Amino acid sequence: MSTNPILRVEGLRTHFYTFAGVVKAVDGVGLYVNKGETLGLVGESGSGKTVTAQSIMRIVPTPGKIVDGNMEFKGKDLRRLTEAEMQRIRGKEIAYIPQDPTTTLDPVYTVGEQLTEVIVKHQHVSKRYALSKAAELLRSVEIPDPHVRINQYPHELSGGTKQRIAIARALSCEPSLIIADEPTTALDVTIQAQILDLLKALREKFDIAVILITHDMGIVADTCDRVTVLYAGQVCETGTADQVFEKPKHPYTEALLSSVPSLALRKQKLSVIPGNVPNLIQPPTGCRFHPRCFYAQQICVDRDPELEAIGDERMVHCHRWRELDLKSAVAS
Amino acid sequence: MELEVKDLTKHFPVYERGVILKRKLGDLHAVDRVSFGIRKNETMGLVGESGCGKTTIAKCVLYLEPPSSGEVIFEGKNITQIFKKANRAQVLALRRQMQYIFQNPYASLDPRMTVADIIMEPFEVHRHIPRDQWVNRMYELLRMVGLEKYHAERYPHEFSGGQRQRICIARALAVNPKFIAADEPVASLDVSVRAQILNLLQELQQKLGITYLYISHDLSTVRHICHRVAVMYLGKIVELAETDELFDNPLHPYTVALMSAIPVPDPKLKRHRIILPGEVPSPINPPTGCRFHPRCPRRVDICSKEEPPLIEVQPGHWLACYNPWPPKHVFA
Repeated sequence: MSTNPILRVEGLRTHFYTFAGVVKAVDGVGLYVNKGETLGLVGESGSGKTVTAQSIMRIVPTPGKIVDGNMEFKGKDLRRLTEAEMQRIRGKEIAYIPQDPTTTLDPVYTVGEQLTEVIVKHQHVSKRYALSKAAELLRSVEIPDPHVRINQYPHELSGGTKQRIAIARALSCEPSLIIADEPTTALDVTIQAQILDLLKALREKFDIAVILITHDMGIVADTCDRVTVLYAGQVCETGTADQVFEKPKHPYTEALLSSVPSLALRKQKLSVIPGNVPNLIQPPTGCRFHPRCFYAQQICVDRDPELEAIGDERMVHCHRWRELDLKSAVAS
Repeated sequence: MELEVKDLTKHFPVYERGVILKRKLGDLHAVDRVSFGIRKNETMGLVGESGCGKTTIAKCVLYLEPPSSGEVIFEGKNITQIFKKANRAQVLALRRQMQYIFQNPYASLDPRMTVADIIMEPFEVHRHIPRDQWVNRMYELLRMVGLEKYHAERYPHEFSGGQRQRICIARALAVNPKFIAADEPVASLDVSVRAQILNLLQELQQKLGITYLYISHDLSTVRHICHRVAVMYLGKIVELAETDELFDNPLHPYTVALMSAIPVPDPKLKRHRIILPGEVPSPINPPTGCRFHPRCPRRVDICSKEEPPLIEVQPGHWLACYNPWPPKHVFA
């Protein structure tokens, strides 16, 4: 394990107190990100990816509450900071790129106003200076004619351009960590390729750590150094991208990899993960994946496995990882 | 050919809203003189980015949207004429042959009807089977799509996305159609559930001999399920071939770029990726000549002047391009 990660999260539990019961959306998630690396946070909808990100930023919507866990960012305990201190971190130290660019830009302000707002707030500079900085930012995210765009409103822009502006806004205060929550799901593939390329280039240029949340294994393989796979609010396994894709250790990762239709291989039938993502008000006993797991035994029903460290960067959350010989459907 | 589309064109008029009068600004060329055929028991894929006219074609084929010009021939009958002129009985008879599965299973099921009502509604409209068989047939359909008997009394909100899509499929099957247009049936589903639905569609095709028009922006699902694929750009078919031929030997620069833009779930595979500059132009004022030329890495002088015709370059492989990539160009 790395000695000095920029962000370390341990045993994070975020629960939502609804009328129907307590939804344990995140239940014991641990992860870390090193300086300048990209961590992929993978899972299906409802696996707790977004809530984990929101917990790190401390913007969990009501009725959600962080009930337990440690979150250490650059030596500071994020859970102990006051709201005022947290505000100085949000946007400045940790920036957030949300999923849907159409709903996250304010429709009644121009692009320039939205960018300068962040800059003026965190850097205490004049509006005029902030505006020139904003134009520069638009140029760095490769938007043509920044001087035209800066006076436009979000509805005048395409989805790809809006996502570039969201990225520019995240970059505006030179953060050391960016959390990108499915930044390309709302975009077309050719535009997705542009945005992923841009993110990669910017990360190298500014040496930023990135947490990339996605459900697309292809994007992970393409952009991430390390991967953490989530299922039903818990970590299944974590490791470098090469390790996880070549030799998955958790049955869920194996199933996830083999259910992706691949361009390269045309199979007669896709393998299927039976059933659905569980209800998180009453999650399954023991290992949460056992009702859908091909390898489940009695112990999986009875007892929740530990998240075991198995080597330098790898951790796995499964009783049977030692005996199972899992295959990756995608390794070349 | 079971279904033939000939010179199908659909233009939507675009108006500027004045104080008193509307002024026509021009036409949005959603689909422009598109022709293709689908064989019996075949799955034909239509691929392209948002706004390229995939959905409009499917809607015109089923006359959910009357085409501006062109015709659709189904089993030797000109159905565009029938829909335009014929009486209700004849139209209903055609509707029993041709059904549609919509993109979003969350929006296409009436929240105030139970699953039983939803699946039996076609019986009530078409009256093609006696009333005393309705319930049995409904249970049979539920079983066919992998749902249980007790699901019949539930409401759509009680189901997950994948189960809802199964209900939509059962509803489409209720009238024993020979042809189904499936508009992005898995786009809104999780990866593990996606495989279940794709397998179900394939099984039903083998069992019932259905012909599909499968619309998607996702090339990897298309490769998995389709026999032949047409690639569209801005209302035009740019390339059409058997699936394996198209994926092994793509010729049109747009097809090649589209394929190279898809992230592959293998971190070891370092590919040369073609990033297309810019965005899809507005279909209100499409570019002259080849509509792809402003973004094309291989454009030559003639591309901006004359529109390339769709010609058969190899048996079964159709292409509309003046300067295609050489055959068997490697993009693995």
